Amino acid sequence: MRNGCAGRNMEFAELIKTPRADNVVLHRPFYPAVEGTLCLTGHHLILSSRRQDNAEELWLLHSNIDSIEKRFVGSLGTIIIKCKDLRIIQLDIPGMEECLNIASSIEALSTLDSVTLMYPFFYRPMFEVVEDGWHSFLPEREFELLSSVTNEWRLSYVNKEFSVCPSYPPAVIVPKSIDDEALRRVATFRHGGRFPVLSYYHKKNGMVMMRSSQPLTGTNGRRCKEDSALINATLRAGKRGYIIDTRSLNVAQQARAKGGGFEQEVQYPQWRRIHKSVERYNILQESLIKLVEACNDQSHNMDRWLSKLEASNWLTHIKEILTAACLAAQCIDREGASVLVHGTEGTDSTLQITSLAQIILDPRCRTIRGFEALVEREWLQAGHPFQLRCAQSAYSNSKQKWESPVFFLFLDCVWQILRQFPCSFEFNEHFLVMLFEHAYASEFGTFLGNNESERCKLKLSQKTMSLWSWVNRHQEPSKFKNPLFEANSLVIWPSVAPQSLQLWEGVFLRWNRSSKFLDEAYEEMNNIIEYNKELQAKVNALRRQLAELETDDGMQESS
Amino acid sequence: MEHIRMPKVENVRLIDRISSRKAALGTLYLTATHVIFVENVSETRKETWILHSQISSIEKQATTVTGCPLLIRCKNFQIIQLIIPQERDCHDVYISLIRLARPVKYEELYCFSFNPKLDKEEREQGWKLVGLNEEYNRMGVPNNYWQISDVNRDYQVCDSYPTEVYVPKSATAHIIVGSSKFRSRRRFPALSYYCKDNNASICRSSQPLSGFSARCLEDEQMLQAIRKANPGSNFIYVVDTRPKLNAMANRAAGKGYENEDNYSNIKFQFIGIENIHVMRSSLQKMLEVCELKSPSMSDFLWGLENSGWLKHIKAIMDAGIFIAKAVAEEGMSVLVHCSDGWDRTAQVCSVASLLLDPFYRTIKGFMVLIEKDWVSFGHKFNHRYGYLDGDPKEISPVIDQFIECVWQLMEQFPCAFEFNERFLIHIQHHIYSCQFGNFLCNSQKERRELKIQERTYSLWAHLWKNRADYMNPLYREDHSQTQGTLRPQTAPCNLLYKFWSGMYTRFEKGMHPRQSVTDYLMAVKEETQQLEEELEVLEQRLADLKKVQLNNRKENSKQQDHNTHLGPSTSNNSIANTPQDYINNVKSFPSRSPSQGDEEDSALILTQDNLKSSDPDLSANSDQESGVEDLGCRSPSGGCCLPSEDSGKDSDEAVFLTV
Repeated sequence: MRNGCAGRNMEFAELIKTPRADNVVLHRPFYPAVEGTLCLTGHHLILSSRRQDNAEELWLLHSNIDSIEKRFVGSLGTIIIKCKDLRIIQLDIPGMEECLNIASSIEALSTLDSVTLMYPFFYRPMFEVVEDGWHSFLPEREFELLSSVTNEWRLSYVNKEFSVCPSYPPAVIVPKSIDDEALRRVATFRHGGRFPVLSYYHKKNGMVMMRSSQPLTGTNGRRCKEDSALINATLRAGKRGYIIDTRSLNVAQQARAKGGGFEQEVQYPQWRRIHKSVERYNILQESLIKLVEACNDQSHNMDRWLSKLEASNWLTHIKEILTAACLAAQCIDREGASVLVHGTEGTDSTLQITSLAQIILDPRCRTIRGFEALVEREWLQAGHPFQLRCAQSAYSNSKQKWESPVFFLFLDCVWQILRQFPCSFEFNEHFLVMLFEHAYASEFGTFLGNNESERCKLKLSQKTMSLWSWVNRHQEPSKFKNPLFEANSLVIWPSVAPQSLQLWEGVFLRWNRSSKFLDEAYEEMNNIIEYNKELQAKVNALRRQLAELETDDGMQESS
Repeated sequence: MEHIRMPKVENVRLIDRISSRKAALGTLYLTATHVIFVENVSETRKETWILHSQISSIEKQATTVTGCPLLIRCKNFQIIQLIIPQERDCHDVYISLIRLARPVKYEELYCFSFNPKLDKEEREQGWKLVGLNEEYNRMGVPNNYWQISDVNRDYQVCDSYPTEVYVPKSATAHIIVGSSKFRSRRRFPALSYYCKDNNASICRSSQPLSGFSARCLEDEQMLQAIRKANPGSNFIYVVDTRPKLNAMANRAAGKGYENEDNYSNIKFQFIGIENIHVMRSSLQKMLEVCELKSPSMSDFLWGLENSGWLKHIKAIMDAGIFIAKAVAEEGMSVLVHCSDGWDRTAQVCSVASLLLDPFYRTIKGFMVLIEKDWVSFGHKFNHRYGYLDGDPKEISPVIDQFIECVWQLMEQFPCAFEFNERFLIHIQHHIYSCQFGNFLCNSQKERRELKIQERTYSLWAHLWKNRADYMNPLYREDHSQTQGTLRPQTAPCNLLYKFWSGMYTRFEKGMHPRQSVTDYLMAVKEETQQLEEELEVLEQRLADLKKVQLNNRKENSKQQDHNTHLGPSTSNNSIANTPQDYINNVKSFPSRSPSQGDEEDSALILTQDNLKSSDPDLSANSDQESGVEDLGCRSPSGGCCLPSEDSGKDSDEAVFLTV
């Protein structure tokens, strides 16, 4: 995974003023300080000690760096590097000039403005690609699965050239009775052209979840009969559906002034609208910043910790999102009603809700492959703008409106459900942490770009490696496997009571507490289950052997 | 029975606290020991049993059109809300319960009528399960430095101490008696824990009666003797677990703390743990937060913070960590006291012992620890947990806090304890249940006078009998976490203390993880054991069979001989059946595990259900476990917090409307 950087650094040569510094001391929590040589390459910051085993101590992607600070005491410079994965490291670099050079190089290399200079375009995998992840989860495959249970839907290529909706993939699933011409018209009535498409089909009762963006009703109550025809096509005769608007009624009403709006009862008499406010944009980013600040603050006493946790509102957002997702799932499974989910643009809170509802409803989404398919379908192809949202993390000072831990919150919500149903998921916490890391900084191209259209233009599938190729390779898949997993075909209803929601320590306290004892417990758990499996195999083999011998015996007896 | 004005009320409704629209209709019974609610639903007849001794408060609320609501709060954190149709009936139930929940004589308590159908010998054996002499011997005393003293025989010196106490060898009876006169309630320094690896010890006492300037030679000699019992050490720590301000205030009343100038070679240290009144009100505040109906995240976190509960837990842990460090790392002896030396001192000594000695982290060892630091040293169970009607200001969740400290440690060291969370919850339950005699009264002296051991049963024997339910599957005797001293992290430690939902909201079924890792792993381990046995049988069978075949080939004609070998081959038939059985086993195995079930709702099996089955006595005889079942039956989905999620349309509409 880590080759492919040497010799390809010509593009970055001018950015690297000092490629190498000796006698640099690295400080990390819970590790002794290490002295070694610091090397800067086009994409990595590497510190290797001169220990006998020549072990590399640190290998950090520049794109993982969220912010850096420098300090000087005499001629000894100190650079504090804060990473998007929330880790903080400190480098002591002798020599003011070296230190300044290195700091400015890191700054430049960690904020490259061209996507094509990013590491995924240079990375060459060290593993054998068994299955190209870029082709693992095509919409055609999803549609095939759907076709085996219902014929009420069709795969439309109306967006083949990304001309109807720039943030949609070329192929989307829509009701069979609605033709492409109607879709084009509906697209003009929905924010960003995001007309309602199928998100999830509930096999148990044939109910569906659709997602879209807000309708462009404006202040004068503009309407679009194709739009109501499209969503009505998902309803059974005489049945009502639910529209879950992820904004408060107030916000939705205000949106009309800007040309947006919501579905009025008169125009959508078969639909019942529920406003379930979910926070968005930089408010979430500020929440993340506050939470991480509280987690890193070593000085506080017990009291201040709880009020800081509270003040960050992170868990409040978790509760809001999970509640809305439970509501959507409840409408589908318990009420036997179809659901349409949207907010404003339909690229953020909408996707949190639709993807979490699927985790609750659909056992397939709780498997490793199924979860990958979910991320691919409901986030990547659905046009969540990863590049904008994940440009910066908790240590950013930029305060840009588009930076927002929307996907991070989704992963945290999944972790909360996983914690409540520890035996129902094929993947473990490491898998979720890994996805968090890769969404923010990665050697893979999966999370580059903001939508399918951009990914096509960047030719990511030809020029970069897919994260799924790496996750799904045959070696050591067990790293992400939950040893407790037992396929559970049921709907799982999480609790969203405050007493049931917890801080995701595996991410937020990952770098400032030792996880030794918890890791040991995980290993112990693994051993218990592995030993059981081993015995089971042995017993089965013996039984077979005995059965064979007995037949032999019987044959001999009868002969 | 004379206190029961109303033995039976019909058409009572038991309210579901999560969704108040749902209620179970049934009949309420009052018995001499329990409140019982039986649902009308004929096929289930769900029962909710509540012990009178578990009732902490009863509140009669304003009558409404539907009836008269009665709110019962229990000491094990269960809350029961009943609606009784007639105001008069409600009043009678209320008056009866007020009296029944506050007995005036020990003889009224459940343990005197509780009969687990054991004979006399079994009962006596039960009481012998935990022996303190044995425990002190295990620690390594008596030895060259410590001896057992009979100075307190017949409780002559201190009536709240046990008759047998360990003191330094150089502390003569004269010194002990002298020192006892200089200590509150005569609770002189005595051995709590001895570390045989380095001779360091933990001693406990009450505060000295030092006032502003008083001294006592014998007390000074006593502390000197403790130091000498740890040869080579040149001082002992004296840890006063009170906030400094409280200790100083005590001086005005002729009490106080040790003056370092008067005692040669002590290092004095305050560790501010608040008093029982602060703790009582802190718990009260936390429970109020737990009682909030659908609180927001902010309500909950603010409430938790304002209660100060976790801060108090941390203070107790910090004191324990300080002492364990002094003993294990510095090899220094420590004398611990607070005011009377029976609350905070008990908490801190037992936390320190638990950190120091892996034995106390086993099921047996934990019983010994409670017996040693709490029961024998006169922790006032009766006053603190309100067994008999008494001063409400004496009530305080002192041992609850200790039990929570253990849970917090279990969270940080998942492999270090032989027992699981359920063990702690059941102990907490029985501290209040008065079903067993162990904790009755305020001291050993009172218990002996009451002849507790002849008239009641021991909890420890009961728990020991069911120990399979209390095992932590991750515990291994040879695991590194089970060796030596536990060293909890202290760096961002405040982040590591968590709200213990499994205890304080244990009856809010829907709030807990729906699948129990502990139960799952225990089931796996059980299956593993069966597999091991089967493997052995199969290997033997295989060897036999090979021998038979060999013989068959050799002596195919010898019918007689062949028949002798038929022995094993008949049992081969049973083996041939085994795979079938086993496959059944395999099938049934997941159904034992938490995640499986025939229908959806059974996926949401809770730890509490297992809790119920794990303690047959508990469920058979009564109390809240059936309550859990009961609540569960009324919220078949296991309670998505969305109140409406599991039934009728109407309720869903309502939820949406509140949106």
